[in-house]
Amino acid sequence: MLGYALRRLVSLGVSLVVASLVVFLTLEVVPGDPAAYMLGINAQPDTLAALREELGLDRSRLSRYLSWVGGMLQGDFGISYTYRTPVSGMIADRLQVSLPLALYALTLSTLIAFPAGIWAARRRGSPVDAGIMGLTQLGVAIPNFWFAMLMVLVFAINLRLFSAGGFAGWETGLGAGLKSLTLPAIALALPQASILTRVMRSALLDTLSEDYIRTARAKGLTRAQALWRHALRNALIPVLTIIGLQFSFLLAGAIIIENVFFLPGLGRLVFQAIAARDLIVVESVVMLLVFAVVMVNFAVDLAYSAVDPRLRGRR
Amino acid sequence: MRLKIRAALTALAAISAVVAHAKEDIVIGLQLEPPHLDPTSAAAGAIDQVLYANVFEGLTRFGPDGSVNPGLAEDWEISPDGTVYTFRLQDGVQFHDGTAMTAEDVKFSLDRARAEDSLNAQKALFAGIESVEAVDPLTVRVTLKSPEGDFLFNMAWGDAVIVAPESIANIKQAPVGTGAFRFEDWVQGDRIELTRNPDYWGEPVALSSATFKFISDPSAAFAAVMAEDVDAFTGFPAPENLPQFDADPRFQVLVGSTEGETILATNNANPPLDDPGVRKAIAHAIDRQAIINGAMFGLGTPIGTHFPPHHPDYVDLTGLSGHDPEKSRALLAEAGFPDGFTTTLKLPPPSYARRGGEIVAAQLRAVGIDTEITNLEWAQWLEQVFRGKDFGLTIVSHTEPMDIGIYARPDYYFQYDNPEFQTLIETLNETADPAERSRLLRLAQRIIAEDYVNGYLFQLATPTVANARVQGLWKDAPTQATDLTGVYWLE
Repeated sequence: MLGYALRRLVSLGVSLVVASLVVFLTLEVVPGDPAAYMLGINAQPDTLAALREELGLDRSRLSRYLSWVGGMLQGDFGISYTYRTPVSGMIADRLQVSLPLALYALTLSTLIAFPAGIWAARRRGSPVDAGIMGLTQLGVAIPNFWFAMLMVLVFAINLRLFSAGGFAGWETGLGAGLKSLTLPAIALALPQASILTRVMRSALLDTLSEDYIRTARAKGLTRAQALWRHALRNALIPVLTIIGLQFSFLLAGAIIIENVFFLPGLGRLVFQAIAARDLIVVESVVMLLVFAVVMVNFAVDLAYSAVDPRLRGRR
Repeated sequence: MRLKIRAALTALAAISAVVAHAKEDIVIGLQLEPPHLDPTSAAAGAIDQVLYANVFEGLTRFGPDGSVNPGLAEDWEISPDGTVYTFRLQDGVQFHDGTAMTAEDVKFSLDRARAEDSLNAQKALFAGIESVEAVDPLTVRVTLKSPEGDFLFNMAWGDAVIVAPESIANIKQAPVGTGAFRFEDWVQGDRIELTRNPDYWGEPVALSSATFKFISDPSAAFAAVMAEDVDAFTGFPAPENLPQFDADPRFQVLVGSTEGETILATNNANPPLDDPGVRKAIAHAIDRQAIINGAMFGLGTPIGTHFPPHHPDYVDLTGLSGHDPEKSRALLAEAGFPDGFTTTLKLPPPSYARRGGEIVAAQLRAVGIDTEITNLEWAQWLEQVFRGKDFGLTIVSHTEPMDIGIYARPDYYFQYDNPEFQTLIETLNETADPAERSRLLRLAQRIIAEDYVNGYLFQLATPTVANARVQGLWKDAPTQATDLTGVYWLE
């Protein structure tokens, strides 16, 4: 187990170095000058030069790359060009929204998908199965921002049960914080739950047709017993893969939902930073997301081997 | 004296209103969040939108109608030759950190803005200052290099507010001003909170606290107002929804004017656009009202020159460029382009440009001019169009107040080079006599309109949607500000 984890860690490190180079070089070639953006159309050349010097934009690419990576290794992401505050603090603030939101949505998605997928698989071909499959079709097809706006219309504008958006802040209490994340989490969870339900169902059906299930049935287990004891565990591998992918997606991909609910999350930070050419923020957030994706994959790999001991020896 | 009594009475009335009725806080929605909170070192209008007149004040300040009124300077004397301004400062003004605001702070602020390493985005406002002298704690003497008719106006800009020397280190996160509200908290990406300054030198304000919430998405802005999450939204980004608010008794809709001349900026150095005949043809191809209706849902006033229609010196020159495709085609033929030509149309992100651009392109196509449309982000627009001058046409709103002087800069991005106009602006800058200034301003408007420098489209409007009980909001936007000092709740 330990050797396996170590091997995975090395490839993780290589991925990160490559990613940092790609991220830095890509953003270097994007046109646009952060100083010009800050100072607008009446700025005078000497003012622009003074700001560029203050931001360190007059230094060479290599020296900027090295100081960026060197800083990151020590947990220092640098100072934002536009906000002029430490990037690590900004990211930490935004993670207070994005991380709980992603976890909340993932929890909802899992809580819906597991029972629904298992139920549909057990009642394969029945009206229940057809109904669940129909709903998941709808869940995948509906754009989540549209569903979000619909929920705002119903629950915020008409029923006044929720506010139309914004984040109450954790300092106002766990309940208030969770409440302001509820509609966005549902909007995010809906398509994810639909996908996960379908994966769960087909993975279960695949394993249910395996020989060892017939053997289990032959030795006298009921259909349900065979499913719970033998099929479910084996069906979890593809499901875990999807959950891992979904978590990284939810962390970074909530940007549209963050806009609909005007939540101060990571997605909006990147969005604003790209427009303002606040390159150091964009680079750092993207690196953080790369790191998160790599770590989630690492965790999923470890989870595979927990679920399926045979995987520990391979790779 | 009578004025003072009246001021005291209004203050008393405001206080009693506050005592009698509970609602003293307000949530204001804004589309754009400030990048940081120092109005003296960035161009972002969002900074002034939150802080101008609320947290920071200058020697003079803009009134709701764009007039220039006394601010931290109680009054002033101007030397007969117009080069020495002696400001008498308000007595008893304190910064929010408790220190007194004196002539030294004014000197510091002005010197900082015009210093060699200054990061002031409007450094040109201070270029004419020769020296600043603190005569005594309440008297400042500013000597100009030459007479400057606009000086008091310039000192009212958000970029010219008075800051405390000891606050500069943290000003971008924790601004310290002299205004009626002090900065309380900023949750980045979400909101900025202000609270009433109990030691304010001027008339006390009715609100005890104000929260600015940043909602960039137009449909989210609509939902937030409808759900009454925000009490007022200034610069409301979804004009298509305004009739719905107008019909709802819970809300009031204010449609005001801004200083934003929205123009089809034309590269005067780029053939064939360097030919005034071609530019005139473009001007006649454009149907302003169709653009206003189609791109702005009817909000906006047609303009015929680079000047705000609400200004007393405005001359209506829209007649020089009425919509007349026939004439436009004839002019094109006369200029040697009977079959038209192709040029570029580069559009920055705001909807006036993106939506307006499609309509302009269609109108130009009708007279034979083909445009290649490119959508640009602001950073790209600044680099390619503004700095690189690599464009034929672009649409942009010039939101700086009284900026007709940009036409006297031959290196400005639309590259209009007319020595006659440059001399005129020079004379204007040195003229203080109001009647003569007015005459020169009118002349300036006419020259650029008759040279068809740019296509003049419309004056940008700013809609505010607010709870019907909120009073005292500015309707017009003579500067980008949300002045809350006069805002109060009914009942």
